[in-house]
Amino acid sequence: MRSFGAALIKDLLLQWRGRAQIVAIFTFGAAALLLFSFAIGPDSLALRQHSAGFLWLALLLASTLSLAESFEREVEEQALEGLLLLPAGPRGLYYGKAIANWAQLALLGAALVPVMVVLYDAGTPRLAPLLGVILLGTAGLSAPGTLYAAMTAQARARQTLLPLLLFPLVVPVLLAAVKATSLLILGDPMGQVRPWVTLLVAFDLIHWSLCGLLFDRVVED
Amino acid sequence: MIAVSAAGVCRRYGRRWALADVSFDVPEGACVMVTGRNGSGKSTLLRVLATAIRCDGGTIRILGHPARENREYVRERIALLGHRSHLYEPLSAIENLAVAARFLGRDRRRATLLARLDEVGLVDRGDDTVQTFSAGMRQRLALAHVLQQEARVVLLDEPYGHLDPAGFLLVDRLLERLRERGATVLMATHLLSRGRALCDRALVLDAGRLVFEGVTEGMPEPDGLAAGSAFGEGA
Repeated sequence: MRSFGAALIKDLLLQWRGRAQIVAIFTFGAAALLLFSFAIGPDSLALRQHSAGFLWLALLLASTLSLAESFEREVEEQALEGLLLLPAGPRGLYYGKAIANWAQLALLGAALVPVMVVLYDAGTPRLAPLLGVILLGTAGLSAPGTLYAAMTAQARARQTLLPLLLFPLVVPVLLAAVKATSLLILGDPMGQVRPWVTLLVAFDLIHWSLCGLLFDRVVED
Repeated sequence: MIAVSAAGVCRRYGRRWALADVSFDVPEGACVMVTGRNGSGKSTLLRVLATAIRCDGGTIRILGHPARENREYVRERIALLGHRSHLYEPLSAIENLAVAARFLGRDRRRATLLARLDEVGLVDRGDDTVQTFSAGMRQRLALAHVLQQEARVVLLDEPYGHLDPAGFLLVDRLLERLRERGATVLMATHLLSRGRALCDRALVLDAGRLVFEGVTEGMPEPDGLAAGSAFGEGA
């Protein structure tokens, strides 16, 4: 528990120190949303229909930058190894970093919503449920993303490897989050949001448990 | 009591054996110089002893406990100063020490951390981020990090690296302090005359094999490491 608290504080402090990078990642996400809107053209109905998918694609692309960055600081002076030798529990280190990454991705998702509303005319009165879906979806990206970022941090082709490993795994998150967000924006007369949210919760539970157990094997020689 | 015991320790990188059948015992409280040519396996040996990397064969016991099975016990009692500083570049010197103190459950009040920085001559740079530090200052901060752990077994890999003459004296004082409090020290260095003056035993490695183990007076001269020839020995 001490390792978890110490790791969380350390990671939040590192994120705060790297806030310029967070702004750059947000700008990247906003630029992606803008470019996706060009692909659809000036059809306002089509823009609104595709807004949820584009929001989550932008978030997914931006998340790989954010997750890779979170381990950059750990490997440049082998700081993570230093913590393991203190000794800090690998599980505490994992959950500390995964929660810090989750907070950053959720913030990024929430910040991209107004951009989506402006570009795609995709406003919704159901803001609280939308934020809930963003929280669940980003949790689903953060748990395996933190594990894979640790796996690829020392690799030479890490910028390519991380999305290659992460994207196939998070297809269920993408699918469920896009569907749930879309239903919240376009309306849900048949009450279909619940099964998608349940899928997100199940994915999160499985991956937050499993990745915490596997982290030890990833970071130890 | 034997503080560090290695029996038939092997480690390989790909096809090359970095350590081959290395066996030795270090009594508690001893100060041991580990030397040998570049690439002879000194750093690998210290990293294996610190449990930073696994050995591919053999057994290591630290304070009587097998390192592989009792990794956490060993890590609580061992400190490693490696080639890399184990520091976070965007954080200040004080914040780096506070991070470690939080994990160790030690006092992390500013006054305590400043006193720690004072020991390594960095008290006036406590609030500066590590990325603004020179290599020598990083080494000093890494030494403070090692001191903070108050370990019973201390592994120092090239502790004089990047340091100025005042830094050399700082490491000498640090070694004396560690010995006074009964810590066991293994120090990898190329500074032979300094090692002879400060350490009572020596391990000499050559191509991953242990070619000498004994008191420093009887130590052979490894090729290219003539005593007193290394930079800064006169400091």
